[in-house]
Amino acid sequence: MKTDVLVIGAGPAGLAAAVELRRLGAGSVLVVDRDDQAGGIPRHSAHTGFGARDLRRVLSGPAYARRYAAAAADAGAEIRLGTAVTGWDGPRRVTLTSAAGVESVEAAAVLLATGCRERPRPARLVPGDRPPGIMTTGELQRRVYLAGERLAGGALVVGAEHVSFSAMVTLAHAGADVIALVTHLPRHTSYAAFALAAGWRWHVPVWASSVVRRVEGRKQLAGVELADTRTGETRFVPCDLLVFTGDWIPDHELARAAGLEMDPGTRGPVIDTALETSEPGVFAAGNLVHAAETADIAALGGRHAAQGIAAELQRGPAPEPLRLPVMVEPPLLWISPNAVRVGGPVPPRGRFVLRSRVFRRARIEVRQEGRRLATSNPYRIVPDRPLPLGAAWISRADPGGGPVIVRIR
Amino acid sequence: MTGDSALADVAIIGAGVVGTAIARTLALQDVSCVLIDAANDVGTGTTKANTAILHTGFDTVPGSLESRLLRRGSALLQEYAQRAGIPVERTGALLVAWTAEQASELPAIWDKAHQNGCADVRLITTRELYRREPHLCPGALGALDIPGESIICPWTTPLAYATEALAAGARLRLRCQVTGIRTGETEHRVFTTTGVVRCRWVVNAAGLRSDLIDRMLGGDGFTIQPRRGELIVFDKLARPLLTAILLPVPTARTKGVLVAPTVYGNVLLGPTAEDIPDRGDTATTATGLAALLGAGHRILPALAGEEVTAVYAGLRAATADRDYQIRVDGARRYACVAGIRSTGLSASLGIAEYVADELGGAGLRLAGKPEPDPPVMPYIGQAGMRPYQDAARIAADPEYGRIVCHCERVTRGEIRDALASPLPPADLDGLRRRTRVLNGRCQGFYCGATVAALLAERDWAGAEPSWAVPPAARLSPAAETA
Repeated sequence: MKTDVLVIGAGPAGLAAAVELRRLGAGSVLVVDRDDQAGGIPRHSAHTGFGARDLRRVLSGPAYARRYAAAAADAGAEIRLGTAVTGWDGPRRVTLTSAAGVESVEAAAVLLATGCRERPRPARLVPGDRPPGIMTTGELQRRVYLAGERLAGGALVVGAEHVSFSAMVTLAHAGADVIALVTHLPRHTSYAAFALAAGWRWHVPVWASSVVRRVEGRKQLAGVELADTRTGETRFVPCDLLVFTGDWIPDHELARAAGLEMDPGTRGPVIDTALETSEPGVFAAGNLVHAAETADIAALGGRHAAQGIAAELQRGPAPEPLRLPVMVEPPLLWISPNAVRVGGPVPPRGRFVLRSRVFRRARIEVRQEGRRLATSNPYRIVPDRPLPLGAAWISRADPGGGPVIVRIR
Repeated sequence: MTGDSALADVAIIGAGVVGTAIARTLALQDVSCVLIDAANDVGTGTTKANTAILHTGFDTVPGSLESRLLRRGSALLQEYAQRAGIPVERTGALLVAWTAEQASELPAIWDKAHQNGCADVRLITTRELYRREPHLCPGALGALDIPGESIICPWTTPLAYATEALAAGARLRLRCQVTGIRTGETEHRVFTTTGVVRCRWVVNAAGLRSDLIDRMLGGDGFTIQPRRGELIVFDKLARPLLTAILLPVPTARTKGVLVAPTVYGNVLLGPTAEDIPDRGDTATTATGLAALLGAGHRILPALAGEEVTAVYAGLRAATADRDYQIRVDGARRYACVAGIRSTGLSASLGIAEYVADELGGAGLRLAGKPEPDPPVMPYIGQAGMRPYQDAARIAADPEYGRIVCHCERVTRGEIRDALASPLPPADLDGLRRRTRVLNGRCQGFYCGATVAALLAERDWAGAEPSWAVPPAARLSPAAETA
């Protein structure tokens, strides 16, 4: 079959894009998702705080997911669930697999909104025994909120960023005793209020500068060996559940199957400020290009990509859009978008987003071939947290010049 | 009592790839068999955690029993796999020399390969090597091309053997640990945690515990030295980085660290080789993993940019002898099949044929060999067509279009089939080995909850597997005597 726009992924970015595409009259919009329900990750994030920036109201995750799914359907997008993209067959042609069969779909434009996942234990190379009882937040929340499982025993949470506190709440809700949040960093990277609430409401401490060295327990989890990164001392912490949180990686398999140019920092596809990838007519938005931001940021990215798609469908693809690469220097980890579309739009919300590996109080500097394009006000830089960078400097960049370098000053 | 009182011709202790192969071969020759294992499934020991290579035996000691059985077994398994739907890919192997010393050993390895009947093994130029493996790290000095080496699914293989053995009348007793054996005039009484098994012959295929079983039968000829091998599985996105199995030049002690494709479309790196005292210690170690990554990045530098999907360790059953320890004692009605170390998967059908012939020679009555029709196992490889790709199959049964595990593209239909198979999984790990579910890059982030629910549904329904033996009172030789 043929469609004007194919949106892959019915999470916040994909659904928000579908709504916007229909509003802009971009033609037929087909949204596919491999899950049986639309809404993405917020469906099993049973806490409030969703929708502040995109919907101007605050909802629970499931309510937010339902609202977007309904909005996309109301706008006239076709949403096919339980439908996986199992092949990338041409520039904008994919194979879909579902209970209805195997089908080929060709689109004038494609939006990749496949989201991200947490690195599980093997990807983090945590050695030791391999008993059950070890999972990611994603699996934990699906087990508890979608499958209604109850848990028991002591639980250790690896990570101390936003999602780690979310995992803690889920564990407590399901009946487990949370022992602590463990982070290799010198302190947690979430909001102070979350850490305070963890201590006051649940009596859960954050153990900083600590890493899980080894897992013990052959048939069932017995505990972990925890090492202090400053002193090297180790101790055994008994636990029945071990939850690995955060440490996001984009679900980029389709992007790579499509042969898109990839960004080594975000590990998602390279995207310009219109959120177009290296393949004309293929766009990417949401946590595939910045793993992980909150749902509202992902949704606003989807909306931004929709505008780029609509404009392109109207006037046809730019033959050879001029792109200026944007790169970061350590200890910055990545920037998104990672290319400036010369003569194109500013990035979503008029800003780039960055990640740092370290805590720092510093200015961010933008340079091109030794020339300084911009210097930010001093920031409090926190790992795992978004670091916004204004886009006004774009007009000062030399379109024919070398790559733009962003670094901590 | 299920079968406790019935006298079997043969009890096979150990349901790994060797034990299941022997059970199949004997059952097909009208021998009544009981296959016993302490674990809750077949193929859970050395069989399940190895490099999953179907060896030609090019580097075995010429003239050894291993060399002979490996050649025979490898040929038999190649053919059996085709008929039974066991995933096999003939990728070939390239044995790469990185130092002048290693390069100087290549002619001797070539010579050995030709003595072992691998006439197609040849020395190739580095130019050809890099043309075939462009991602290989620069600096290789020479290589041997071994076109016959293949990769195989180590999980489907023992399942196919066991399924065929069950269909031919063999009985399978799982979760059944042998605690003692008493040998009488005409029969053995094998005492287990779930009752006594009476049999005329005992075949010891207990792998890592074969020396313990041997002692129960009065032997003290050998001691098993567990040798731990850690392995790292890389994401499927790394698969285009190589076409063949990349072998190092072996040392006196080990075959060394290799990089190989897997039949599931991943890339495997390993194994380490560490002698440890504990027969159950399959923990991975920080030093082992670091050593593997170092070696892997030296062989294929681009691996450094790819994600790790899984990490595991297996134990191989080494003995002081280099060769297989297979002895059939007609007077004691006992066959010991030990010291198979790391080539059991490849040699399994050759070992089974040899053991059956030896048993026949020692007095076990074997019927003629019919041309068996192996069961067709669910195909879980990456090279052939899987249910999710098969439009006709989905049209006939939409459950094959409902993908549950997206990383490995496993459908509800396949999970349902595995749960309803003649040899169903006892737990999630068993389901993994039958379908690949949960084995992918997300390790359950998406489907862990769904798969656990599907398995729990079956367990709640109380569907006892057909081969299950109700737990009996624990009997020990002492209790029996009293």
